[in-house]
Amino acid sequence: MPSWFTPLAALCALMFATAPILIAQAPYESTMGLVQKIFYVHLPSAWMFLLAAITCGIASLRYLFRGDPRQDRLAWAAAELAVLFGVLTLVTGPLWARKAWGVWWQWDVRLTSSLMGWMVAVAYLLLRRYGGPGSDKLAAGLALFGIVNVPFVYISVNYWRTIHPTTNVVPTLPTSFGVPLWFSAVTFLLLFVLLLRMRVRLEEQRARVDALYLSMDS
Amino acid sequence: MKLLSLVLVVLVTCGAGGVVLLAQQPPPQQLDEFVPIDQLPPQDQLPAAPLLVAAYSFVALALFAYVVSVARRLASVQRELERLEADMKRGSGT
Repeated sequence: MPSWFTPLAALCALMFATAPILIAQAPYESTMGLVQKIFYVHLPSAWMFLLAAITCGIASLRYLFRGDPRQDRLAWAAAELAVLFGVLTLVTGPLWARKAWGVWWQWDVRLTSSLMGWMVAVAYLLLRRYGGPGSDKLAAGLALFGIVNVPFVYISVNYWRTIHPTTNVVPTLPTSFGVPLWFSAVTFLLLFVLLLRMRVRLEEQRARVDALYLSMDS
Repeated sequence: MKLLSLVLVVLVTCGAGGVVLLAQQPPPQQLDEFVPIDQLPPQDQLPAAPLLVAAYSFVALALFAYVVSVARRLASVQRELERLEADMKRGSGT
């Protein structure tokens, strides 16, 4: 692991320990009350989900055009993180919605497009796991659908009728809400970077094992 | 008689249309901003708490499980790599 990994992991752990204190001190929101505090993990999870889909898409595009195996490993690692953070988003969202909207799920454009993005990431992993030879290129093509979906997920709430909060919420947040949100977002971003590095390292080591087996056979 | 029937049909149709229009609910209000309040209303405290606890517990458990999963896979591959390198060294030494 690189030299920056351990200090960054320590900082991330410290921030994860501090975040609940800031979130507990944040005020209650007037219409949603206590349940709005799910926002501080739901939104950073959703951002990391979209970031993972973007990373996977860009790395896949570079892999398709340049054939660099490092980009392929990065795309695979990012796809796994897209599934992880997608699950966090899709579980915490309904827990919030149950109280705020009175229902667990709405087939509205934001929720549906997020679910589609998550299913693309799951399909990517399944393809890599069970697709056999050539699945790397096929999965890279699939990842392009994932990245194309990202702007649609983000702006959809501003163009379609939905009860999901719009993208105007974050820029207009009072400081009392904004500080815990951005603190939580930076914490999740650090975690994302650390997990991505760990997951890429895993693929690097697997590639070395494969290379050793090949050299033993020849 | 025909005229009376026609008028009746028109009245019933318009009436039904009016009822449908009145029955339509206004679209739900989208949130554009969060407004803080000092105190949480008492009726909000208990029902929201289990959902909040469930959300934070799930996030913590899922992240922990994933970190453990990646660490275990990494350790397993590392062991295999070391074993292979040792085998190759033995092979080249003999």
